[in-house]
Amino acid sequence: MTRYIIRRLLWGLLLLVLVSALTFVIFRILPTADPAKLRAGRLQNPKIIAEIRHDLGLDKPLLTQFWLYMKGIFLHFDLGFSYYSGASVKSLIFNRLPATLSLVFGGAVVWLVAGLTVGIVSALRPRSRLDRASMGTALVLVSAPEYWLGLISLYLFASDIGRLRVFPGAGSYVGLSSDPGKWLTSLILPWLVVAAGTAAIYARLIRSSLIETMGEDYIRTARAKGLTERRVVLRHGVRSAINPIMTILGLDIGVLLGSAVLVETVFDIPGIGRLNYDAITHSDFPIVQGTVLLASLFIIVANIVVDIAYAYLDPRVRYS
Amino acid sequence: MSAIEPLLRVEDLRVEFATEDGIVRAVDGITYEVGRGRTLGIVGESGSGKTVASMTTLGLTRGQGVRISGRILFEGRDLAALSEGELRAIRGNEIAMVFQDPLSALHPFYKVGVQLIEAVRAHKQVSRVKARERAVELLGLVGIPDPARRAEDYPHEFSGGMRQRAMIAMALANDPKLLIADEPTTALDVTVQAQILALMERLQRELGMSIVIITHDLGVVAEMADDIAVMYAGRIVETASAELVFAGPEHPYTWGLLKSIPTLGGPREEDLVPIPGTPPSLINRPSGCHFHPRCPYAQPDHARIDPELHPVPDAPTHHVACLLEADVRRRLWAELRAGRMPDEALAEVGLPGAPS
Repeated sequence: MTRYIIRRLLWGLLLLVLVSALTFVIFRILPTADPAKLRAGRLQNPKIIAEIRHDLGLDKPLLTQFWLYMKGIFLHFDLGFSYYSGASVKSLIFNRLPATLSLVFGGAVVWLVAGLTVGIVSALRPRSRLDRASMGTALVLVSAPEYWLGLISLYLFASDIGRLRVFPGAGSYVGLSSDPGKWLTSLILPWLVVAAGTAAIYARLIRSSLIETMGEDYIRTARAKGLTERRVVLRHGVRSAINPIMTILGLDIGVLLGSAVLVETVFDIPGIGRLNYDAITHSDFPIVQGTVLLASLFIIVANIVVDIAYAYLDPRVRYS
Repeated sequence: MSAIEPLLRVEDLRVEFATEDGIVRAVDGITYEVGRGRTLGIVGESGSGKTVASMTTLGLTRGQGVRISGRILFEGRDLAALSEGELRAIRGNEIAMVFQDPLSALHPFYKVGVQLIEAVRAHKQVSRVKARERAVELLGLVGIPDPARRAEDYPHEFSGGMRQRAMIAMALANDPKLLIADEPTTALDVTVQAQILALMERLQRELGMSIVIITHDLGVVAEMADDIAVMYAGRIVETASAELVFAGPEHPYTWGLLKSIPTLGGPREEDLVPIPGTPPSLINRPSGCHFHPRCPYAQPDHARIDPELHPVPDAPTHHVACLLEADVRRRLWAELRAGRMPDEALAEVGLPGAPS
């Protein structure tokens, strides 16, 4: 098991280097505004631009730039400096991380609880009215774009512009450490929006998974033992049906940590996604590079965690 | 069968499932008894309703679109009339069940010991430690070596025979009065089959429980059963004590079952005779005698008349549902037992051949 984990981590590391190289190349090849020119502002003359280019290290060969960047990361965990603000990318990202973590993990709790509850209830009474209503709603939520849901929810419920002024609206995010109460209320709408689509997918998944599981022989055995139906469903049915959900849960969290761009932008939450969005509009390459690297790190780690968790969830799975 | 009250008496049990294609008459008015300490073998092909009948005893077929009628008297109480909660108190407690494939019947994610503990604690208010002791004791009882250690294993770490032993241990958790074993040896290797049957016989002797063993294998019932009920298309077509059935089977379907299994004592070149055709659909069953399309001895009016279960002349405990005359049946069986093929037997007895 330990060997397996070490092997996976090494492969993950290689993957991160490859992802960095790819972002590096893409950013240079695709037409984008020249960062040096952007920084020069109104004092555009070739000399100043060349100077800036030299300062940023953009005049060196591409391979050398990449080498220096990688060296910085591996030796000092240095992600470089923003072209736009000159701030350290590492500190920018770390400042933004709590907001994204709050959004994603809170959202995950919401979509897990909502998705599992609805899915299990539906599975126990398939084709009932409740089942049809839940699955119909799920279909709508799966199909609804996140930013649209976000805007609609702000229009309906935001305390500043909403029809029913219930929850704090866009730009109300407060850090957990500065005011836990406000942190919680400011995140309610974003959590619901970020969770809606995923909850719907989970509800449908657990429903079909549980319906299948309830037809298994060991469920019949559990009933024949004289267990209560509640115990049969939860301890025997859901315990099996939940495995595929746990697998995608890790991946969903990993993906969302690196790409909650839409929700963070709509609700103006100062998270990684928002940082990335701003960096792209400013051609701020070091930040884009840093956030992409972070996003891939999340996904790679999530994958490894999921695979390890799987061995604990299903005793038949063994890694060597 | 006897004057004393049987442990289980099933009266005119019917189980119907409403499906999109029509109503499946899985069990169509069967009546049988299981005496205390006795073993009933229910024999039939897949789709004859034998599994549904026994699962209904425990209320495991209840659900939407299912219609159950008749009485299931267990120690005088009608199980068919009990509420789900009352039945649950009986399941795994007074009546326990063992299933066909022990690998799929055990939960793959829980240790064998944990599943046994759960069975104990489903009906007895005992501590985890006490239940665990009982679980280990049960595993030992069914012949699993080093039971305390093996209780910590998952089902996939057991061999097929050990899994079935574990299933049996689980069924015995609360000293049931009746054990229903649904094809308990079908998924196992032949050598292991014999071990499992021997185990069940030993446990029956030691614990004094009654057994209903459901199987398609007459060899299994020959080994274990005191009484036999042969099922076809949801009905019992022949029932008697095991001796009577093996000495003088009365129904052509039973003949078919007997002639399609090899015997060690029989002549070496004896041909096995398969029963032609396949079990009928339980939605659109054949008219008249349900077996007539597959019966080599069927006469024209057998497609019209539905036979009832009647006692055989001179053997009041031997019942059969067959339209052939009793003496014709005896002569046919005598010919078959002498090694003749069905068409030869027909000619010998002087009956016209079945319409094909």
